[in-house]
Amino acid sequence: MSLLQRLLRQNRLTSSQIAKDRLKMVLIHDRSDLSPGMLEALKDEIIATIGKRVQVDPARVTFSLEQDGRTSRLVADIPLIPKMR
Amino acid sequence: MQGFTGGDSQGFCHMSARVITITSGKGGVGKTTATANIAAALAQLGNQVVAIDADVGLRNLDLVMGLENRIVYDLVDVIEGRCRLRQAMIRDKRTDGLYLLPAAQTRDKTAVSPSDMVLVCDELRPSFDYILIDSPAGIERGFRNAIAPADEVIIVSNAEVSSVRDADRIIGLLQADEKGAPRLIVNRIKPDMVAAGDMLAIGDVLDVLMIELIGTVPEDDQVIVSTNRGFPVVLENHSLAGEAFRNIARRIRGEEVPFLSLQQNRGLRGWLKKLRGGGK
Repeated sequence: MSLLQRLLRQNRLTSSQIAKDRLKMVLIHDRSDLSPGMLEALKDEIIATIGKRVQVDPARVTFSLEQDGRTSRLVADIPLIPKMR
Repeated sequence: MQGFTGGDSQGFCHMSARVITITSGKGGVGKTTATANIAAALAQLGNQVVAIDADVGLRNLDLVMGLENRIVYDLVDVIEGRCRLRQAMIRDKRTDGLYLLPAAQTRDKTAVSPSDMVLVCDELRPSFDYILIDSPAGIERGFRNAIAPADEVIIVSNAEVSSVRDADRIIGLLQADEKGAPRLIVNRIKPDMVAAGDMLAIGDVLDVLMIELIGTVPEDDQVIVSTNRGFPVVLENHSLAGEAFRNIARRIRGEEVPFLSLQQNRGLRGWLKKLRGGGK
């Protein structure tokens, strides 16, 4: 690769980086057998369950699948709405 | 193990082969080429080796090994009792210690069961050092047959999204089956494309699959030429892919072999090396 090409590429993702990112995403779902749609449904159910006891802000809930070695981990961040006194 | 040819009383027959299955999930990544070449390389190193084609109905290992004209009986004939195991095995006259057990071409995968494969391998174990099984693509019966007798599994993948994804699926299935951790061959690497950022690097594939690497094989036109001739590329001294497969065979035997630099003769260092005459 010439210096010019190298400079031009610097700010752009290479196709192999894109491939790696796409693979990582698809494998997280393959390995856990959870499709993005199912993950969304699970998120709603969990918000509803927790919402029975405490007030949560559904708009700020984040739900993601993360990789830990070859196992996947479901990570939820559920901010609670402070109780008004 | 109760192989017919084994038994302690015979004294000389106490080898016990390691059964190694070569699989991939996706088709066309180079399983058969890898099997033929690793088998030939192991035999060249002085081992007794049998390569079994488990792709019943779509046999090709015979053609790649150049033994297609010598088939009389096949794996299904053995299983269905039409011949003895020894009668179906073809000895490669060019390489001492190398044998092929061909698949049937006119039957399908249901003609063989996983327990048939275990029985066949158990009968072969006492007389060989290595039994290599060329698995068909897919994750169905043929794959199940191929992995049933395996002591070890080698997965072949290309540095490309669909074969890596399928390799991951195979790794998951092997885990569920409680087979030992498989090892990986990354096949048909194009170093120039990797350098340009247009092909997944070996490190990327390993990051994603998280398994041990046993070999990296560069794309090499010589493989096509040698397949045309039915002559394993490991028998050619001047092929990079041949060298890569020979290294894999040595790693299978437990030797520590450094991974080939696929970046030979690139950049200033390669140019200097060329000047010094260390080109090839």
